[in-house]
Amino acid sequence: MPSPRFDITHFSLSRHGLPVLADVSFYVDPGEIVCLLGPSGGGKSSLLRCLNRLTEPPPQTIFLDGQDVTEMDVLALRRRVGMVFQQVALFPGTVADNVAYGPGLQADNLPPEEVTRLLALADLPAELAGRDSQELSGGQAQRVALARALATGPAAMLLDEPTSALDPAATRNVESTMLKLRQSLGLTVLWVTHAPEQARRVADRVYLLVDGRIVDEGTPEHLFRPGSQHLTAVFAAGELGGHET
Amino acid sequence: MTSLNLLSELPRILAALFLVAVAAAISRWQHLDLEKQMLVAVVRAFIQLTLIGYALNIIFAADNPAAILLILAVMTSIASYTSGKRGQGTPHAMRVAGLAITFGAALTLGLLVGLRVFTFTAQQIIPIAGMVIGNSMNVCSLVMRRMREEIKGRQLEIETALALGATRQQAVRPHLKTALQSGMMPIVDSTKTVGLIQLPGAMTGMILAGASPLQAVQLQMIVMYMLIGAAALTGLAASWLSYRQFFTANHQLVDA
Repeated sequence: MPSPRFDITHFSLSRHGLPVLADVSFYVDPGEIVCLLGPSGGGKSSLLRCLNRLTEPPPQTIFLDGQDVTEMDVLALRRRVGMVFQQVALFPGTVADNVAYGPGLQADNLPPEEVTRLLALADLPAELAGRDSQELSGGQAQRVALARALATGPAAMLLDEPTSALDPAATRNVESTMLKLRQSLGLTVLWVTHAPEQARRVADRVYLLVDGRIVDEGTPEHLFRPGSQHLTAVFAAGELGGHET
Repeated sequence: MTSLNLLSELPRILAALFLVAVAAAISRWQHLDLEKQMLVAVVRAFIQLTLIGYALNIIFAADNPAAILLILAVMTSIASYTSGKRGQGTPHAMRVAGLAITFGAALTLGLLVGLRVFTFTAQQIIPIAGMVIGNSMNVCSLVMRRMREEIKGRQLEIETALALGATRQQAVRPHLKTALQSGMMPIVDSTKTVGLIQLPGAMTGMILAGASPLQAVQLQMIVMYMLIGAAALTGLAASWLSYRQFFTANHQLVDA
């Protein structure tokens, strides 16, 4: 499936009567990794959830290959646009059960070699397939979640702070897996993160979202170059809004 | 049918009350502050049961189908209101409880009458309906509460499933199963151990009233099967109706 393009146009969102996002517009090109960077609680995750309609977006604000997502079949949209969450929820059962969950919803049984292939995509050994899903390290669990999301054959991925619960080594490993996957599968990726260093390592382009608005954008080379006056560099220096980790 | 003469049993009632008086005296002596609540309970029970005794006496004597249906409607309404209150936190809890209890009770009673297990007479239907509706109410409250707790507590699992392309029904299935099992557990357990631990109410009543234990046992079987059936039907309806209150038609968890 060819990788799709996202267009977000004049997107606003309020929660409990308070504005969370105000008139946000940006795009993600096919096969691109775009990071949505900003302090925690800035509405990045709320926006991400609208792209696969876990939250219903206002009509005519989010487009997948030019088509308004609110006019698409919601289940088909979610199979086409995979998602990985900050907190991993593996279902009871084995790793293989988890990987096979998505295809199983449509009564497709996933053959073992297909489970092995998906685990390999997430840089996991085939032996892990029979392991109990509750007996994994944080990094392994996140990779299983990734393999599980890939099982429905998505053309795009939404990553919601996928490494913020992981240690630095596991974080780097997940990052390199994602870069490799983009290369091999041509996935379009929208990656939400609060860590400027991560955006710098993985993104083709970065949008900085502060107080519900996009305040800066560009390539990492441009935004983070030494001596940059860009807000993103200021944010990275810890002098803008958020709480750094 | 003989008219109810309450005074004929007054000495035995007073004798039973003597025990309450002893307990109240102990409570007073030990400053346990139970005596006031016990007094209220005893007085309420006396008034409520006397009234219902006279009311049933009139209804049994009249044996009018419309009057029976009216009584059933009142019983169902009270049960739905009570269960709906317990189900607060679930959107439209009253409606969910009302529909679930009505469904479970109506189907059970309809089958019992249709299969000629009981006749549609006040003397048979009203006590039977009391058991069925009361039991359905308990199951409905338990299932609704557990369903709400499951959905609130398992939001991440549910949304993970939705994000993988699951329908709301597929996403909620394991949690619906948990809610239903926990709601059904008391009735299933009491049915499993019936007669081994305690003799249930209907049977006790018949034996005390002079029926043979074998007659009493047969009635008790009917009662238990009917109650477990009604519980399952009500529980199914309650779990199905309440989970839907937490989702949109687009397979999204309602933000609550």
